[in-house]
Amino acid sequence: MSDYQLIVVGGGPAGMAAALQAHEDGLRDILIIERDHDLGGILNQCIHNGFGLHHFKQELTGPEYAGRFISMLKDTSIKVLSNAMVLQITADHQVHTVSAEHGYQVLQGKAIVLAMGCRERTRGAIAIPGDRPAGVFTAGTAQRYLNMEGYMVGKRVLILGSGDIGLIMARRMTLEGAEVLACVELMPYSGGLKRNIVQCLEDFDIPLYLSHTITHIKAENGRVCQATVAQVDESRCPIPGTERIFECDTVLLSVGLIPENEISREAGICMDPRTGGAVVYENMETSLPGIFACGNVVHVHDLVDFVTAESQKAGSAGAAYVKNTAPSDGSTVTVHNGTGVSYTVPQKIRTGRIDKTVSIFFRVVRPCEQCHLTVSCGNEVLATFKRDRVAPGEMERLTLTKDVLEKSDGTITLSVTEVSQ
Amino acid sequence: MIDVAIIGGGIVGDATAYMLSQYRLSVSLFERENDIATGATRANSAIIHAGYDPKPGTLMAELNVKGAAMAEQLCRDLDVPYRNIGSMVLALTDEDMRTIEMLYQRGVQNGVPDLQILTAEEVLKQEPHVSRDVKGALYAPSAGIVGPWEYALAMAETAVMNGVVLHLEHEVTGINDLGDHYRISTNKGDYIAKYVINATGTDSATIHQMVAAPSFRIIPCKGEYYLMDKSEGDHVNHVLFQCPTKAGKGILVAPTVGGNLIVGPTATNTYCGKETSTSSEGLAAVRSGAALSVPDIPYRQAIRTFAGVRANTDRDDFIIEEVAPRFIDLAGIKSPGLTAAPAIGIKVTEMLQSMGLPLERDPFAINTRHQKRFRSLPPDEKAALIAENPQYGHIICRCETITEGEIVDALHSPIPARSVDGVKRRTGAGLGRCQGGFCGPRVLEIIARERGVSPLSVCKDTAGSRILVGAIGKEGEA
Repeated sequence: MSDYQLIVVGGGPAGMAAALQAHEDGLRDILIIERDHDLGGILNQCIHNGFGLHHFKQELTGPEYAGRFISMLKDTSIKVLSNAMVLQITADHQVHTVSAEHGYQVLQGKAIVLAMGCRERTRGAIAIPGDRPAGVFTAGTAQRYLNMEGYMVGKRVLILGSGDIGLIMARRMTLEGAEVLACVELMPYSGGLKRNIVQCLEDFDIPLYLSHTITHIKAENGRVCQATVAQVDESRCPIPGTERIFECDTVLLSVGLIPENEISREAGICMDPRTGGAVVYENMETSLPGIFACGNVVHVHDLVDFVTAESQKAGSAGAAYVKNTAPSDGSTVTVHNGTGVSYTVPQKIRTGRIDKTVSIFFRVVRPCEQCHLTVSCGNEVLATFKRDRVAPGEMERLTLTKDVLEKSDGTITLSVTEVSQ
Repeated sequence: MIDVAIIGGGIVGDATAYMLSQYRLSVSLFERENDIATGATRANSAIIHAGYDPKPGTLMAELNVKGAAMAEQLCRDLDVPYRNIGSMVLALTDEDMRTIEMLYQRGVQNGVPDLQILTAEEVLKQEPHVSRDVKGALYAPSAGIVGPWEYALAMAETAVMNGVVLHLEHEVTGINDLGDHYRISTNKGDYIAKYVINATGTDSATIHQMVAAPSFRIIPCKGEYYLMDKSEGDHVNHVLFQCPTKAGKGILVAPTVGGNLIVGPTATNTYCGKETSTSSEGLAAVRSGAALSVPDIPYRQAIRTFAGVRANTDRDDFIIEEVAPRFIDLAGIKSPGLTAAPAIGIKVTEMLQSMGLPLERDPFAINTRHQKRFRSLPPDEKAALIAENPQYGHIICRCETITEGEIVDALHSPIPARSVDGVKRRTGAGLGRCQGGFCGPRVLEIIARERGVSPLSVCKDTAGSRILVGAIGKEGEA
């Protein structure tokens, strides 16, 4: 069995940032396990720009953003095991991994950082009725075919879901000569970033149909030939009589991302059904001591820059755990989701572990303008913040001071309320 | 000259080919599609029925019970995923209780072993997710679950190893009786055979009418299903049926051999066997129907919906008849056809012998098969397999833990996979929660590499279902 101070599962932006930060904080014996042949994760297929504005104060492409971290790794003692899949992790920090080069290995870490990222929600998960032919792709799979493998997946394209990858692919497919007929979104608002709506749809005159969905996919000779789109009512049910038919050979789905936590669950890590990721403390530690998680495996981020920041926190905490330099816990405060809030990260805060402030990331249930964020404990309001605009597609953040937390009785509730006009 | 030509590569044709492959015979199997098991065999409830449903004295009763008794050994010999988990027919009303009494009697008459009537308390103890309305259940310990396409492939592959000639993408267009043999015309040429077996499912009336006057009518009947993620595979522990009523057989809830949860089917008549689209009405009917017996099915964990088409006819029983000299119909093989298939194969063998086909056992015929399944090996055997061939250390499908080695095996097996779905049926790659989102491009690449074809020509499934439409920035590739 090989021993490491820190084993990082996943070599995407989260894993690389966590490993680098742990190295920065003094660990030398670090291993990143990556299933692909290259580090970088999903950034490698994101050849568009828009990455790094926060972290590097520059606009980079996905591979450029990943490349910066890959080159930083070269100057460290961090080891990389690529083309390797982790099959299992255990509560006592064993990592069972398999690779063609090294076979079946059981590695022992003093600490573990989970950074496996997320996967796309599929057609099966949303049960779109109809035939099941070739030509239905998740947007990320299509992106891989185009940007990594160099193949076109279709000529006349309909996109379901206005998540960021779907929007990016609307533009990408158009630039490669496909006709993108429309982007269809079930909700009355987009799930993607505003800038992507403008740059990927509006700039290319691709219509966005809000409160619409695909109700049927029809095939001819094994390939998509038609998709039926209908408007939906307030309970998201298709309205009869509003159907319209799009002749297309391809349907791309951008209908949500799901953190990939099968090995976390099997290890017995406590999960949050709202995020689909582990319940984490203020330093990204999971319910299993010494196992940390960061990036999209914890909650789906909108910007990689925030993944990097979160992962640095996890890497730093991992290093402190290994060096046994973490301060004592103090009292633990649990963060509850109140009105209008769909989740928060972290879900638990150990007041002894924070310096002066703690950042809470969250997403809202629906878009809202001129609203108040309220942090309360029981009936007592501990703090309020104003926001001009919040939307489910954009991750929000607020910073709480330690004294606010110390006023609570062990739970705080975060709510969003619209200020009446 | 071919001794026996089997038309149709579904489970019935495959089982027949397997049974005949144990004898010194020249057997050919004709299949219209680019793979076997692409019709009802790949879209059904995947159940080994115990045999209390069919009326005593019918072929269905006889062959169901025989087939169920064969399943365990056959699956062990041919390395087919099978689990003998038992089934319950749940009674939700007092009338249902009378029905399960009747089914119990029927089962005893049919020779179903160890049937038992359970109280509501006994049911809920074993199946905590069953509706509190349950009054009792008929428990059949001999029922089980099986990988339906694995079952078909195992029998067909072994048949091919024993010398059965498989003609894929051969559509039979005509059959002529030339006195003591038949001429079978296909889109790829003519073949001469002494005996012909019609195992063409929803097309069996069409094939039948090439040699005989119409004697039955096919009424294709669609069934829609939900499949839930592996995280939900232990939601129930047995195959849970509802009581058959005038309205139909009801919706079943069962684990699958892959560890998923299956819920379905509906029953709606349709116009052809290829019409396997799902519908919002059908899927809603699955949900509302299943809720009667298992109210809390986690549809949020759905990974796929699908539909299959039963080859129902205007007769109640299976149709297993010599309808023309040396020509046997195997028609109307609806449920419990998957269970009955091996017994049907044996019955056909006996019929052929009584029709004058001399049978001599082939001492070299094999009746075992071994599949490499990386994920089910203990760590030391995993290590040994990778040491033997590093391709078994390269995991392609991460949801199901399927290695490159297994995919390469499937592409060089006795019936090599030709499509992404062909690889899926043989290995399980793409069956999981991401539905091939991650592994699809890699599987496509491996297929192209191993078959020596352009990635652009690789199909998802049956011929025509191309995945890619063109290359970007690659000169000369088309």
